[in-house]
Amino acid sequence: MSADFNVHYVANLARIALTPEEEAKLGTQLGGVLQYIEKLGELDVKAVEPTAHSFPLVNVLRADEVRPSLPHEDALRNAPSKGGGLFLVPKIVE
Amino acid sequence: MLNRLTISEVTAKVSRREASAREVTQACLDQIQRVDGQVKAFLSYDSADALAQAAAIDAAIANGANHTDKPLLGVPIAMKDVLSVKGQPLGCASKILEGFTSVYDATVVEKLKAAGAIVFGRLNMDEFAMGSSTENSAYFTTRNPWDTSRIPGGSSGGSAASVSADECIASLGSDTGGSIRQPAALCGCVGLKPTYGRVSRYGLVAFASSLDQIGPFTKDVRDAATLLEVISGHDLRDSTSIPQPVPHYRGALTGNIKGLKIGLAKEYMVGGLDPEVKASVDAAVKQLESMGAEIVEVSLPHTEYAVATYYIVATAEASANLARFDGIRYSKRVDGGNPAELYKNTRGAGFGPEVKRRIILGTYVLSSGYYDAFYLRAQKVRTLIRQDFDKAFEKVDVIVTPTTPTAAFRAGEKSADPLQMYLSDIFTISCNLAGNCGLSLPCGFTKEPKLPIGLQMLGKPFGEETLLRIAHAYEQATGWHQEKSPFSK
Repeated sequence: MSADFNVHYVANLARIALTPEEEAKLGTQLGGVLQYIEKLGELDVKAVEPTAHSFPLVNVLRADEVRPSLPHEDALRNAPSKGGGLFLVPKIVE
Repeated sequence: MLNRLTISEVTAKVSRREASAREVTQACLDQIQRVDGQVKAFLSYDSADALAQAAAIDAAIANGANHTDKPLLGVPIAMKDVLSVKGQPLGCASKILEGFTSVYDATVVEKLKAAGAIVFGRLNMDEFAMGSSTENSAYFTTRNPWDTSRIPGGSSGGSAASVSADECIASLGSDTGGSIRQPAALCGCVGLKPTYGRVSRYGLVAFASSLDQIGPFTKDVRDAATLLEVISGHDLRDSTSIPQPVPHYRGALTGNIKGLKIGLAKEYMVGGLDPEVKASVDAAVKQLESMGAEIVEVSLPHTEYAVATYYIVATAEASANLARFDGIRYSKRVDGGNPAELYKNTRGAGFGPEVKRRIILGTYVLSSGYYDAFYLRAQKVRTLIRQDFDKAFEKVDVIVTPTTPTAAFRAGEKSADPLQMYLSDIFTISCNLAGNCGLSLPCGFTKEPKLPIGLQMLGKPFGEETLLRIAHAYEQATGWHQEKSPFSK
């Protein structure tokens, strides 16, 4: 399963820039980890239901009413770039 | 010396006006000044804010506030750097959050403050709670107060070390695969991971949302019961918090464990277990038996698959949760030619090696073509692990195991090999996958050097009362918790 693990490709999916040194090191380390987790292939799980949550609650709802929320200036407080009450981002649409 | 006290002792003194909240807080700050240069449990702390909180509490006491209404009046409690405290830094020991200030209180912080606690300090941890030693902190490695050449465990290493070095009265941490119980064991204090959904996660920076729980580090079991009672309960702001009433946990500490059934999982007494750890756990089991508990062998046959399951489930959830650190709304930004480059540069510069490793692994197991083989399969094995516990708990009230295979290891000993580090969590991980509660408390020491050994007790979902009852009875009978680290003064 892991023979085709391509660090460069997956790091791009994860939106993480890696140096060539990091790529090489991570490739080796994750190769070992992947080999280890392939252990799960030993088990027959065809008839087993997956667990996403230990105690799944369904339809957790509350009354549809306005409640206090984060003040605008607090939401912007930690922004790396802001202006005019907004987060500033680089141009997305040409 | 006030910093050495337990919560029960502090509240007794404060209620009798033998000590003020300010004096207790100052004693903790003095101890930090004295020893934290060596222990390195705190990333930062705001003395002025802590003393201001203490002064407000002393004023409230003068106006009639009491411990019946506010059970933590005058108790300084320190926070892992993963919990949001309004106006204080929140960094998850990561460079990517350098300079971040929390804009609201976590639910647990609100509850602690409402109960009269002084909430202070930012305790060191592995970056984003990923690790077992604090060596993955972007800042420095916390030291084990019993031997500073060794690690305190992780990820909540600062939370454990600060309690063992008496730099605070108690602390909070978080546990995704053992991050409360393992450092508590290695530092010789009590650490409790509540049942999933028992404590609100609102204001806890998410690592793996289906596994994370907040819990206390304390100097004895009674204090763990006190803190759990304060921080538990349903919260509208966490849709996974369970609407179950909160029991009076201290009321469960009767000292009587006659007839309770204690399970021993044969799969947990395996190779790799240090002989001194095994001897201490065996002795603890004999002790529990002599106090009237019935020992029953149980089987958790899928234990050997827990670590692999965990590193798929936890990394998959982490890869999604940590997508929010993209340099747009918060965190440091590193610009790029286009938005995708900005994200990649920001995350490449801001995350440390272990966080990158786990996000990339998590992205891979969720990626097209591999989802079924890895992620879905792991979720199915998670079902098998949970069923193991369900079956075992039909026969017993709690399961007793070592918390860790060895006592604290040396800094640097395992940091080069991530898989070896992951395998050191073998005894604690299943509990999170199943969603049960678990606790670690001291059960002895290695001889040379003298290092704490932890006994883990795993309980049924919402079985914290039984867990605390057994742990308390054991602790009172043995007195291991009274042994203090060399920094405790």
